[in-house]
Amino acid sequence: MQRFATKLTASFAAAAIVTIAMGADADVGDKYGAYKVEDRRSGFTYATKETQRIQVDDFENPAMIWVDDGEALWNKAEGEASKSCASCHNDAAESMKGVATVFPKYDPKLGRMKNVEKQINICRTERMKAKPWKLESNEMLAMTVYVRHQSRGMPMNVKVDGEVAPFFEAGKKFYYQRRGQLDLACGHCHVDNPGGQMRANILSQGQSNGFPTYRLKWQRVGSIHRRFRGCNKQVRAIPYKAGSEEYTNLELYVAWRGRGLPVETPAVRN
Amino acid sequence: MAKAKTRVKVPKSVKKGEVFEAKALIKHKMETGQRKDRKTGEKVPRFIINKFTAEYNGKQVFASDWHPAIAANPFISFHAKASESGTMVFKWTDDKGKTVEASAKVNVA
Amino acid sequence: MINKLEMQPVTRRDLLRYAGTGALAAVAAGLLPAMAQADAKMMADAMKKLIGDKKPTDGKITLELPQIAENGRTVPIGFEVDSPMTDADHVKSVHIFADGNPRPDVASFHFTPQSGTAKVGVRIRLAKTQNIVALAEMSDGSVYMGKAPVKVTIGGCGG
Repeated sequence: MQRFATKLTASFAAAAIVTIAMGADADVGDKYGAYKVEDRRSGFTYATKETQRIQVDDFENPAMIWVDDGEALWNKAEGEASKSCASCHNDAAESMKGVATVFPKYDPKLGRMKNVEKQINICRTERMKAKPWKLESNEMLAMTVYVRHQSRGMPMNVKVDGEVAPFFEAGKKFYYQRRGQLDLACGHCHVDNPGGQMRANILSQGQSNGFPTYRLKWQRVGSIHRRFRGCNKQVRAIPYKAGSEEYTNLELYVAWRGRGLPVETPAVRN
Repeated sequence: MAKAKTRVKVPKSVKKGEVFEAKALIKHKMETGQRKDRKTGEKVPRFIINKFTAEYNGKQVFASDWHPAIAANPFISFHAKASESGTMVFKWTDDKGKTVEASAKVNVA
Repeated sequence: MINKLEMQPVTRRDLLRYAGTGALAAVAAGLLPAMAQADAKMMADAMKKLIGDKKPTDGKITLELPQIAENGRTVPIGFEVDSPMTDADHVKSVHIFADGNPRPDVASFHFTPQSGTAKVGVRIRLAKTQNIVALAEMSDGSVYMGKAPVKVTIGGCGG
């Protein structure tokens, strides 16, 4: 908490500037192409031309190195079972196609939602008899990027009804809950004010279709939960843990907000 | 730097004498020597790739010296001219003198 | 204003024409007071180290810079030097400096006639809004210079 206290002055200054200009978008037609579905816009459409250019060329996008790393790991046997991902799932280009569009998914055994990272560790511990990877480790990021990359271009399409409904509602509640010293909910920036500015930055709709994403700020690839933690810290709230049930439910809700948007993994963002 | 991962690209095929673009990426933190470790408060020692060269069929066509202002996971694009089919060899050298190489073939039609 | 900042279809080359929109000017205005201009001596020393006492002439270099850099940690820049790139007349080296960084030297690039063209793209770190300076050394010993500013976004969620 001491850390928050020292930043108090800065946070008041920030609060004053959170009189965010309205994003009066005059966009018509399909100038954003596939990056816009109905009123839902990928973060790509808020990025500068230079950042967009880094993303779209697979030999300029630095996150493609993580994709390569993931491919190598996919074929590497590990654990007491001496199995690799490929031992069960064969060619990822076939078996993992579409996976990113439907996660987070309900897991009856867990009794809650699981995201791709969680599924990877379930496979590692139960099928491969290997140690789980730490969240945000190079290995976990590389594998998550590799798995999600197999759905690039496919529309996000998570299930939110039936047994999933209570988790979806929990995620939605989190999204609209004010929090932190700035007393802001996710929705204040990403529903009410996309296109406006938070200090010198353009606010986006906070879509998740490009995650794990290479952020210029991070100078590496990071997960959607790392981004949630960053957002929560920026409103001076105590963040939840990466992999927590709270963030997994939030991930589900955010994935639904971006329904129809193409998977861009690995995207490049500020 | 043995574990460093690279991605390189040249056109598969060019016309004789045509100037073509080459692209190269490498995974590297490019520690500037200015950054402080968040936990210890101590400066993280400088550790960067300071040299990048490209040879075509054994002949140098491009070279560069890099300073800490080159961004992490360095990307570079440059050009070359080929009068015969051959191999472009990309080579990165770090502060400890270790090198990483990658190569790509160009077919001159 | 915000739409302009976000959607203005700028080419990277526009930088040379570089007349900030209202929004950009507003962003820059906030930065200017803190923008201690380059330690001139450091810049002069760094340049002298590479080209000696030669006097650079303006021209021949086209800088490709973003009008506004979203994040100073990764700023894509490029340059192209006008030259026939023959054995008799070619670009030998191009040196890039950033006059507002803790160290002004960024990189040096070396060419041969086999390079075909002295055209490079690279991503650099910029500590703040500042000038990019390029020096091109030609095979006849002459030196040309190009210079242009880049505005760097600081603060907010991405900063």
